This record gives sequence, C-alpha cells and structure tokens, in this order.
Amino acid sequence: MRSLACYLKEYKKESILAPFFKFLEVVFDLIVPLVIAQIIDVGVAQNDHGYIVQRFFILILMAAAGLTCSFTAQYFAAKASVGFAANLRQAVFDHIQRLSFTELDTLGTDTLITRLTDDVNQVQNGVNMGLRLLLRSPFIVLGSMVMAFTINVRCALIFVIAIPILFLVAFVIMYVSIPLFKKVQGRLDAVTRLTRENLTGIRVIRAFCREKESVEEFDARNRDLTKLNEFVGRISAFLNPATYVLINIATVFLIQKAGVEVNLGNMQQGEVVALYNYMAQMIVELIKLASLIITLNKSAACAERVAGILKVRSSMEYQEKAVSVRRNSPAVTFENVTFCYQNSKAPSLSNISFSVNPGQTVGIIGGTGSGKSTLVNLITRFYDASEGKVLVDGVDVRKYPRGVLRSKIGVVPQKAALFQGSIRANMKWGRDDATDQEIWEALTIAQAKEIVEKKDGQLDFHLEQNGRNLSGGQRQRLTIARALVKKPEFLILDDSASALDFATDAALRKALHDLSGRVTTFLVSQRAASIRQADLILVLDDGLLAGKGTHEELMQSCETYREIFFSQFPEERKNDKEAAK
Amino acid sequence: MSNSKKKKMPKSSMETFFKVLRMIGNYRFLLILSIVLAAVTVVLQLYVPILFGNAIDEVIGAHAVDFERMWYYLSRILVMVIVSSVSTWIMSIINNRMTYRTVQDIRAKAIRHIQELPLAYLDQHSTGDIISRVIADTDILSDGLLLGFTQLFSGIVTIVGTLIFMFSKNVWITLMVIVLTPLSFFVAKFISSHSFQMFRKQSETRGKQTALIEEMIGNQKVVQAFGYEEKASERFAKINEDLKNYSQKAVFYSSLTNPSTRFVNNVIYAGVALVGAFMIPGGFLSVGGLSVLLSYANQYMKPFNDISSVITELQNALACAGRIFELLEEPSETPEVSSELGKAAGDVHIEDVSFSYDKSKKLIEHFNFQAKPGMRVAIVGPTGCGKTTFINLLMRFYDTDQGDILVDGQPIKQVTRHSLRSNYGMVLQDTWIKAGTVRENICIGKPDATDEEIKEAAKRSHSWEFIRRLPDGLDTVLTEDSLSQGQKQLLCITRVMLCLPPMLILDEATSSIDTRTELQIQEAFDQLMQGRTSFIVAHRLSTIRNADWILVMKDGRIIEQGTHDDLMKENGFYNHLYNSQFVNVAQ
Repeated sequence: MRSLACYLKEYKKESILAPFFKFLEVVFDLIVPLVIAQIIDVGVAQNDHGYIVQRFFILILMAAAGLTCSFTAQYFAAKASVGFAANLRQAVFDHIQRLSFTELDTLGTDTLITRLTDDVNQVQNGVNMGLRLLLRSPFIVLGSMVMAFTINVRCALIFVIAIPILFLVAFVIMYVSIPLFKKVQGRLDAVTRLTRENLTGIRVIRAFCREKESVEEFDARNRDLTKLNEFVGRISAFLNPATYVLINIATVFLIQKAGVEVNLGNMQQGEVVALYNYMAQMIVELIKLASLIITLNKSAACAERVAGILKVRSSMEYQEKAVSVRRNSPAVTFENVTFCYQNSKAPSLSNISFSVNPGQTVGIIGGTGSGKSTLVNLITRFYDASEGKVLVDGVDVRKYPRGVLRSKIGVVPQKAALFQGSIRANMKWGRDDATDQEIWEALTIAQAKEIVEKKDGQLDFHLEQNGRNLSGGQRQRLTIARALVKKPEFLILDDSASALDFATDAALRKALHDLSGRVTTFLVSQRAASIRQADLILVLDDGLLAGKGTHEELMQSCETYREIFFSQFPEERKNDKEAAK
Repeated sequence: MSNSKKKKMPKSSMETFFKVLRMIGNYRFLLILSIVLAAVTVVLQLYVPILFGNAIDEVIGAHAVDFERMWYYLSRILVMVIVSSVSTWIMSIINNRMTYRTVQDIRAKAIRHIQELPLAYLDQHSTGDIISRVIADTDILSDGLLLGFTQLFSGIVTIVGTLIFMFSKNVWITLMVIVLTPLSFFVAKFISSHSFQMFRKQSETRGKQTALIEEMIGNQKVVQAFGYEEKASERFAKINEDLKNYSQKAVFYSSLTNPSTRFVNNVIYAGVALVGAFMIPGGFLSVGGLSVLLSYANQYMKPFNDISSVITELQNALACAGRIFELLEEPSETPEVSSELGKAAGDVHIEDVSFSYDKSKKLIEHFNFQAKPGMRVAIVGPTGCGKTTFINLLMRFYDTDQGDILVDGQPIKQVTRHSLRSNYGMVLQDTWIKAGTVRENICIGKPDATDEEIKEAAKRSHSWEFIRRLPDGLDTVLTEDSLSQGQKQLLCITRVMLCLPPMLILDEATSSIDTRTELQIQEAFDQLMQGRTSFIVAHRLSTIRNADWILVMKDGRIIEQGTHDDLMKENGFYNHLYNSQFVNVAQ
C-alpha cells in the first residue's frame, strides 16, 4: 500500500491542507461545550442577558467558521483523492502496456480490468474519506480529552482510561470480523457461480437428468453462505452495544467524580454539562470512526491488489542498442526450441528446428493443442523460448530493442479483434501514416475491398466495440488487411481464414501468393488446402515436429500429414489407393 | 434492463409488498420480537440522557451536591444501559437471522424453479438478468426490506420518543427545534440537485473510460502485436484527464452536504442554548434539562436522515422483490405424467408435427418422418436455419404445438421427461463445462462410474490424450477457459460415451476446431453411433453422405428430405448446397 503513496506526491499540498482545515473545524467544534458552560456558569448564574446573547453570536460565528473550514477541507480532499486516483489509473494502464504475454496470461484480462476500474475507484474513496475523516475523529476524541483536562484534571483522567479501552474493543471486534467478510464474499461467489452454471448448462442438466443433484449442490453452498453470514453478523453486531455500554459506564463515573469535585468547590455545574457534552461528542465520533475504519480497510485491500499489479515485472528484457541484421541469413531459424507455458507441466513445443528463407511461404498444420499458435508466437517474441534459440534475420529475437522486431512483422491473430472507431482508424493500427490508397491496396489483397465499398462512408464507416457490427468473416478479412497496411517483412496468419468460405479463402491465398518473394509468410491453418501450395509445411503433433517439407514430400514421408490430408480429401484417398495398386 | 422493469413496478407494488410479507411470514415470531426489542432499546436509550440531566441537576454547587439522589439516578442509568445493550444485540442477531434465512429461502426456491421453467423462458431471458435477480436483487430485498423495516420502525419510535421527552422538558424550545429542522433538508436537497449534473458527466466519462479499458486491455495482445502501446496510453490519458476534472467537481459538491447540514444543526444548537439560558432563571427549565435538550437537539436529525434513506431503500427493495417474484411466478413446465419410458429400441416417429416459437410466425408445419432403430439421420442447412429447433423437440425441451413424437410407439408427452431424456445422449456444439474436476464433468450422466470406466470412455472418445497431460489428470479443476473448444467437445462426447444411451443427438462442430481434432471427434462420433438411432446436425460432407436419411432445413423449415442420392436427383436446394461446398473444396 505504501508503494502507492508516490502517486499522491503531486498533491502533497492538498493532502496536508485537507486534514489541517478539518483540524480547524474540529477546534471550533470543541470550543462549543466551553461556550455553553460559560452561558450556564456566567450568563445564567448572573442572569446577564447581554452576555448570553453575545455568547450565542460567538456560537453562530464558530459554526460559520467551521463550515468554511470544512468546505475548504472537502475541496482539497476531493482534488487530492481524485487526482491521485487518476495518476494511479494511468500508471496501472501504462504498466499493463509493458507486460509480456506470460504475465498477461497469468493475471488474466478480467482481473486487470477490475483492478483498473472498481479497485482504483475504491482506493479513491478510501483516500478521500481518509483525508477528510480519518483525522477528524481522532482529533475530536483526543481534543475532547484535552479540553476535559482544561476543565478538571481529575475528571479528565476518566477520559484517559475510557478512550484506550473503547479503541481496544472496537479494534478487536473489527480485527476479527473483517477477514470474515472476505470469506463471506468468497461463499457468495460460489453461489453466484452455481446459479450461472444452472442457467448456462440447463440443457445438459436436463438431458442428463441432473436437476436434483444440481439443486442439492446449490442448497449446500447456499446454507454455507447463510451460516457464515449469521456468524459474522453476530460478531459485528456486538460492536455497537459494547461501545454504548462502555461509554455510558464512563459517563456514570464522570458524573459521580464531577459531583465530588463540585461539592468540594473545584468546579461549577456548567462545567459538568461541558464534560458531559464532550463525552457525548466522543461517542458519536467513535462510532463514525469504526465504520470509517471498515471502509478504509476495504479500500486498503483494493489498494493492495492494485499495488500487486504494479509489482508484477515483465519477464522479458529488451536490449537497448540497435542490432544490425546479417545479410544473406535465413529469414527465420528455430534452433532446438522447446517452450513451456508458465504453470504447465508438459512443454507445448519440444525441440523444434527449422529454417525459412526470405520470401518463402510456410504452412503450419496440426491438431488442437499441437503448438501451432505457440510456434508463431515465438517468432514475434510474444513469449521467450524456454530452451534453444529463435533467430529472425539471423539475429536472436532477444537481441532486438523493444518494438523493433514487432515493427517488421504483421500479425493476424486467431481472434479477429477490431476496435471502436472508423475502418480507417483501425487500418492505421498497422501504420500511422498509411494513405487511403495504401489502405485500399491492403483491403484488396485481403479480399475486403467489396465489404468496405458497400458500407456507408466506406473507410469512415464506424465500427462498434470489437467490430460487432460486422460478421465473423468480414472481421477476419479486415484484420488481415490491417496487418498488410503495415507493409511488413513478415506476415503471420494464425488460422485467420477459418470463417471464410472456400472460394474467398482461395482468392485470398492467391493474392497473398502474389506477395511472396517480398514477404515471408507463415500460414497457420486447419485446412490442408490452404497450406498445400506452401514452400515449406511444418506438421506439428503434440508439440513435436512430425514432419517438414513440401506437400509432395510430406505425402510420401509423413503419416500424420497424410492422415490430415485424407480426412479432408476423401476422394484423393481413393485415388491414392488405386495408384498404390 | 432493470430500469424498464422498475417502471413497470408501481402497478402492483402493494401486491408485491404483501407477497414479501407472506414470505417473511415464516419468521413472523422473530419479526414481532425484533420490533418489540427495537421499541425497548429506543425508549431506554432516549431515557438515559434525561436521567443524566437529573443527575446533573443534583450537582448544584459547592457543598450542595445530593450524592444519594445522584447515585439513585446513576445506578438506574447503569441498569438501563445494560438492558438496552443486551436488547440491541439480541435484536441484531434476530434481524440477521431473518434476513439471511429469507435470502436463503428465496434462492433455494429460485434454483428449484429454474429447473422446472420451460426452456422457452430461459432462452428468451439473458443469463445475466436471471442471475442478478437471484443474487443481487435478493440481497437488496433483504437489506432494504428487512433492515429497512426495523430501521423505519426504530426511527419513528426515536422521533416520537424524542419529541415527547423534549416536550416534557420544555414546550417552546421543542417547538423551535421542530420549526427549524426542515432547513437542513432544504440545504441537502439544494446541494444534491446541483451536484447531480456533475455526477452525470462523471458517470458518462467513466463509462467511456471503462469501454476503452475493456477494449484495450481485453485485446492487449493485439495492442502489443501492433506496437500500439503508447497510443493506447495517450488515448487513455485524455479520457482520464476529463474524468479527473468531472470527478473532482462531483466529489467536492456532493461532500458539501454533510458540513452544510451540520452547520444548520449547530445553529439550532446555539438557538436552544440561547433560549434555554433565558428560561432557566425564570424556573422554566433546569440546567440539567438544558443539557438534555442540547443532546437531543444534537441527535434529533439522525432518525430523519435515516428514515429518508430507508424509504428510498424500501422502494428499491420493492422493485427488486417485484423482479424476483416475476421469476418465481413464471409458470413451470406442464406437469409430469407418471408412466416411464423403459430402455428404448430407438424407433422415433414424428407424426404431423407443427411447431413455432412465435405463434404468429409459422415454423415447422405438418412434419412427418420415421427413424428406424439404428438409423443415422443428418440434419443439413445453412447456419441459423433452425437445426436446434429439431433437437429441442426431440429432447422435449420444447413441446410440439400439434402432432406427436413417438419413441418406440409411445408419445413422448405421455412419459416422464427424465425417462425420455435418459434414452438420449446429447453432444451440443456450444459445450458446457461445469466448474469442477474433469472427473465430475465426465460423470454427469453416471455419477458412480469407476476410474477404469472413465478411462475407457475417455480413450474411446480420444479425450484421454489431453486429459492425461493436464496437471492433475482427472482431478484437474476446470474453469471456462482451461480447455480449447475442441477439447471441450471431446470431453462432452466422453460424457455420453460413459452412459451409452440407445439414441443420440450430435451437433458437429463448425470451423473453430482444427481438422485433426475434428477427425478424432468424427471417429468418436462413429464409435458412439454404432447401432444407435442418431440425429446429427451435420456440416461435414462425409457425415452427410454416410447418413441413411437427410433432412434439409432452411429458415426454420424442413424443405427437403431423403437419401443423398434421392436428393441429388431432385436437383433442389440440397443439390445446390452440396455442389457449392464440394466444388470449392476441390479447387
């Protein structure tokens, strides 16, 4: 939590002034009982109306001064807390931008989004409340005690004893119950999860006749939640009555002691009223303080989670100085590459070696989880190989400065993600200074020209979030165009034509083929037809390179490849068998 | 969504209120006890300052303190404080119990009802909406209604009690307080109406920022692949700055309410002191009495504020209750009949069936078809042609409007749903994985299966290969994202493989699965289909060609049916569909 304090630095002045003005307000509040005591002991006792009216106006003046101080404090608190939250949010956002894929995988998108939104808001609340109130309550509690000393030392000793006891009781109760609240949230999450499951899986539940079991499982969790809720409720419900009893016992002692003092002539009746008022003021503030501490505790937990994100360091390091590419070296080389995702036991790629010449087209094919996407992700250095080396243009990918490697490569990811904004803005993700003509060229190659031409405003057509106002196939073609706008040296299509019909797929491949010679292309596909023409085909099977070569070579040598091919071209299997005869 | 619902509410909010009362009815004894305890607590707590005032009145001056009478008051205070604390605590426990038990009851009822609701209802309502009814609305109902109820009650008792006690001390001061009190309401109202504008701007900008966050962080990998990190940060910074400006104002304005009402309170307090001081010499008021009035004047506002917030909460709670009852009162499926369908041979006869979701749009009309035991029936058509409708009718997720479906000669409406469904094995394309272990997921249809049986089924359905490689094998805990689409489908096939029912409904995956897995799924399907009546929603040509009978659907209707050869000769929609796909593949 302390690590977040640096984002408040810019608002140092405000963070000091806010509590300071709160303090002034408290001082005015604390003088009130003294003025009342004067009214009773001087004004009433001597029946001096002028004095009473004068004191009345002093009270009004103090109220007005208190109001002014309070407004000023609120202003500074709002400025500091909101400014702090804005700084923090920006810092977290920027930090996420620099995390590598490994960290993004471990943290998870949903978590990151919650941290940036809900959690930061909670922290803002906490800081705001803290600046305004955290000091106010202790000021009043301690101030009441100090004021009591100015009235009568012996009576004030009762305050000295009562305050720590009250703090202790309040602290113990909250200390016990706050971790339990977290547990309650966990159990509520379980109930929510089961409700969701029962709805999304209703067809399966009914198909397998599991209604009764589902209800039983839900009931068990539901009862767990209730039990814990009641238990926590019982503990936290103890706080109010306990403090109430303690305060009143203290007040009883106070009055008794005051009685003795007045009887001895050390004190006047009005001063007894003042002491009584200080005690009463304290009760109100202590109760406020208790609920404030709960709020602060919650936001401290949020702050800790946010700080946790900031603490995550990128597992990737970048070289500072630029590298010179080696001429006449292969475009991409894998040397005995093994890769294992974090938190996974088995490697996703084992001992992969191959080499690709500039301008070649490489097809990558294999089953689910065979490591196709992983392989291309290593070329762009989204992940670092666990063992072995990946070289691009003859240079180890780890030797490139940040951004340099990826500026060479156009990637079309599996998930066709587009962004809110015009088609033009989306295309410019590839290259900021791309002209409309260049964009149209890219769209033409990606077989997306017609799509855009039919839209209102063409390149100005506004895409909704995630491009949801387009069909899956349209989105895919636009993401391909986006990568082409970049005019990359390398192009990686990670199963990016899956939603296209066969005819469009074929046209796309033909257009891409015309690029070859200039662009080294990697095609990850599930369709043998899509990669059949490639200069080099890599066949992956469960993380191992089952075969590499051209279609013809692999048909001769690679059983895995033949299996895949024939499953998609049953007619050819017949021909193959006849030929074998 | 919730807004439109809230607007509908007033029509029956009284009715809803009575329904809620009926529901709390189970805890009626606790409720009465809670109200009694609330009254006891409030009266005692209000009486304590009076006793303190009386005690102070005995402390007149030097050598004039009546210790005996003072002790009399103080000891009574001690007793009252202890009694009221105990009663507060018991009241809290009772309220907790009532609240949480009612929530538990509602949720238990809801989950049971969900199992019985017709799928027509569940399909039309978003999952998120129903979840928010069961979880969030129920919480708001309990907090708002039950706690609101008791707070409202103790608030009223406090106000009435305070007024009575104050009047007993001094009529004029009390009247002054009553007249001045509304001032602070006006101040609060004034501020909130002015800060509202800023709050709206704040939430608008926050919405924009959240959208940007979801977009950028949600697609962080694309952002990085295109080196868009800095631009993303810039865009974020711009919105962040706007948000900061609006938020600072909104937070500031809204935080003015408390000091302002406190100011009004302080003015009232000073007024009480002034008037009180003038009255004491005349004997209209004692010093102790003044201290009582001052402390009442201090606390007097609190219940008012409480009550106004309780009333908004109550309205909110009633709106939520309305939404919950809407769910609970949704009519269940038609009741079950008693006769059971035994293990079927697999003869499915569809007799003159008509069905539509929306009664104004006709869908399936007078459809006839018979599947003999062991027959493979492929259902073909472009996406969105209503292939799932067919599954819905076979499984009796929906009932036919007209005509009957007979299994082994028995109309399916005349046997229990369970006995019908346990004769089917179903693998849908949108796979459903329960949060739980792999074993739990596979054993859904056969909870008592041994590890050997599971392993065997997994091997036969080609899922063993990836299950074996999971960190804890069968005991790996799965979440929504831990498996790929293909693996999920294989797991769902394993489920069916484990129970092997006589009839199958299979939904072939489309593009999201790669060929080798698809091949494995294909083999697994073939394994399953041996000797079983199977209905396959088919995308693959080989599946279609191997089928004994093909149903061609378009726009929700069955437009052609027959064998592959028949349909090809017909030269209709099927022929066209088949050729367009096949020709493309060959290219």
